[in-house]
Amino acid sequence: MNILRRSVLKGASASGVLAAALAAGLLKPTQVLAADWNKAAFESKEAAGAMKAMGADAAVASKDILVKAPDIAENGAVVPVDVVSNIPNTVSLMVFVDKNPFPLSVAFDFANGAVADVSMRLKMGNTSDVRVVAKTADGKLFVATKEVKVTAGGCGG
Amino acid sequence: MSSMNRREFLQVLAAASAAGFALNSRELLAAQGADKHYDLPRYGNVHFLHFTDSHAQLQPVYFREPNVNIGFGGAAGKVPHLVGENLLRAFNIKPGSLEAHAFTYLDFEQAAKTYGKIGGFAHLATLIKQLRGGRPNALLLDGGDTWQGSATALWTKGQDMVDACKLLGVDMMAPHWEFTLGHERVKEIIAKDFKGKIDFLAQNVKTNDFGDPVFSPYAMREMNGVKVAVIGQAFPYTPIANPRWMVPDWTFGIQDENMQKVVNEARGKGAKVVVVLSHNGMDVDLKMASRVSGIDAILGGHTHDGVPHPVQVKNAGGITLVTNAGSNGKFLGVLDFNVSNGRIAGFRYKLLPVFANLLPADAAMAAHIAKVRAPYKAKLEEPLAVSEGLLYRRGNFNGSWDQLILDAMMEVRGADIGFSPGFRWGTSILPGQAITFEHLMDQTAITYPTSTLTEMSGEQIKTILEDVGDNLFNPDPYYQQGGDMVRVGGLSYSCDPSAKMGNRIRDMRLGDTPLEAAKKYKVAGWAPVGEGVTGEPIWEVVGKWLRDKKVVTPRKLNQPKLIGMEKNPGMA
Repeated sequence: MNILRRSVLKGASASGVLAAALAAGLLKPTQVLAADWNKAAFESKEAAGAMKAMGADAAVASKDILVKAPDIAENGAVVPVDVVSNIPNTVSLMVFVDKNPFPLSVAFDFANGAVADVSMRLKMGNTSDVRVVAKTADGKLFVATKEVKVTAGGCGG
Repeated sequence: MSSMNRREFLQVLAAASAAGFALNSRELLAAQGADKHYDLPRYGNVHFLHFTDSHAQLQPVYFREPNVNIGFGGAAGKVPHLVGENLLRAFNIKPGSLEAHAFTYLDFEQAAKTYGKIGGFAHLATLIKQLRGGRPNALLLDGGDTWQGSATALWTKGQDMVDACKLLGVDMMAPHWEFTLGHERVKEIIAKDFKGKIDFLAQNVKTNDFGDPVFSPYAMREMNGVKVAVIGQAFPYTPIANPRWMVPDWTFGIQDENMQKVVNEARGKGAKVVVVLSHNGMDVDLKMASRVSGIDAILGGHTHDGVPHPVQVKNAGGITLVTNAGSNGKFLGVLDFNVSNGRIAGFRYKLLPVFANLLPADAAMAAHIAKVRAPYKAKLEEPLAVSEGLLYRRGNFNGSWDQLILDAMMEVRGADIGFSPGFRWGTSILPGQAITFEHLMDQTAITYPTSTLTEMSGEQIKTILEDVGDNLFNPDPYYQQGGDMVRVGGLSYSCDPSAKMGNRIRDMRLGDTPLEAAKKYKVAGWAPVGEGVTGEPIWEVVGKWLRDKKVVTPRKLNQPKLIGMEKNPGMA
């Protein structure tokens, strides 16, 4: 364990990291926070509806989107999910948790050829598919799915 | 045997045996050729001795194998999901033999009287010394679940087992229940007791924040001129199946990709033999073996399957052997490889049952065990009651020991329904045997033993049963946790293991009355995984009940009605 690295990073704020990303032009704040806010999609209570509102309902399955998430969540309140899209010219990633009350959890837009590689912590109440949709610059849509089990626990051998 | 010939002797013994005498004499066993049982000639030049899931049973015990161990989908009728005669047939074991008793539940009561107790670290030590004598530089691997399962392990915070393992000459271990002593205690044992002596290995435990490795992922040794690597695999679902708060800073999981990296690294450093010391459970090991290449053998535990021969699993890199070495000190696995010109030319494997009557106790280990027990002797040996029936735990659904715990809990707490965890450890009691406090602790000695009484709606009860059912019966082993079904008291139900999650549990009734979704019921339980639950330890609740009863009548098992499992070779 690298104790020094841990202490140094505890001193740095998360917003500082985000600011650096913004300064580098990798994220587009104005669009994310205002112009592109898709109210209908984020407030949809059905996965199908949310995907439709994001224009993502016709996505084609792809093995070039890598979704790393636990088979069984250790804590449903903070499920670590890492996503990488190896599809060239990926300009956005959307993450849907089918069984969540509001299935669309997060959407990222990428600019200036940034690598579509993000890590997040999702809250999940129930066992569900986690769907990740990648959109390319020319508007093509791809999807990858990973089931994450959320269990009450106990009773292990 | 001078006064009668061998045949006459066996006839006399058989008659006595039928009359119910205890025939655990060395002469009887010798007469059956069992004294040759441990003559295992050396093969090859790379040797591993493997024991797992002893659950801190330092002394010889009785342990009944399951008569229900269902597999389905791809696992139906396949190892390890075979019980009784199906298992004997699959491995060509003679019915009525010493091995048939070791590997199956068949004729358990009589066979246990005939052959005597199994395991015990003093007897295991003798066997290990004997095998090491003929196998220079053999590595002794401990698959974990070693520091938990007995009263003395609980009261000494695992120290009795840590010292026993050092005395036994363990070289490497992988963990699971060890973590229920808490992360600080685990780190303390590694730093103080194990340093320079025993490698504590786990490639799949990382820090929550940066994903840094917490333990050494693997260890390498040069054995008789061959470089070998042993990779550790901790139980992947420790923070889910056991209390999360006991290991707050660490994350687990199966971690196939990292396993492949570690295998490649070990190969890169010149390892000609790579084995994984695993606490995944056998179904998970079988799947992992198909996905990761470059592993010669996975020496497995967790699911407590006594598997006589390895399963050979094909993968991109060739074949991986997968074994599972039972529980409660009952077996020692011996894996020999013949490595020549840097390649494995052949292997031999034998899972040796440890019969205490066939192996004299090792003096040093016996002295250690006596010393550990001395301060607690009176408490351990206190007889609580006599059991009229056979008490055992193992099996996918209620065993008689759990039924006893459920009956006691519900009666003492005045509950409608009882839940008891589907643990696979816990020793057996023969009819007529006294149940001591130590025996009770064999079933209950955990660091979160609190008994609970909770109001639950019918809907919540169904959710719990479905949830645990999926942990056992999910067709994908990576979504299983490796325990048995939660034991249920008071409530009858039917179960279709092959149905989808949410549809397996049906027809739940209290007596003749169907359970109502919205109605509240009083549910007694124990072993809560959440933090801060208070209440009496379960052994106090059951101990009181046993002392009060004095004689325990045979328990009536509350088994669910199983749907569609009639022809499954995992049921008898």
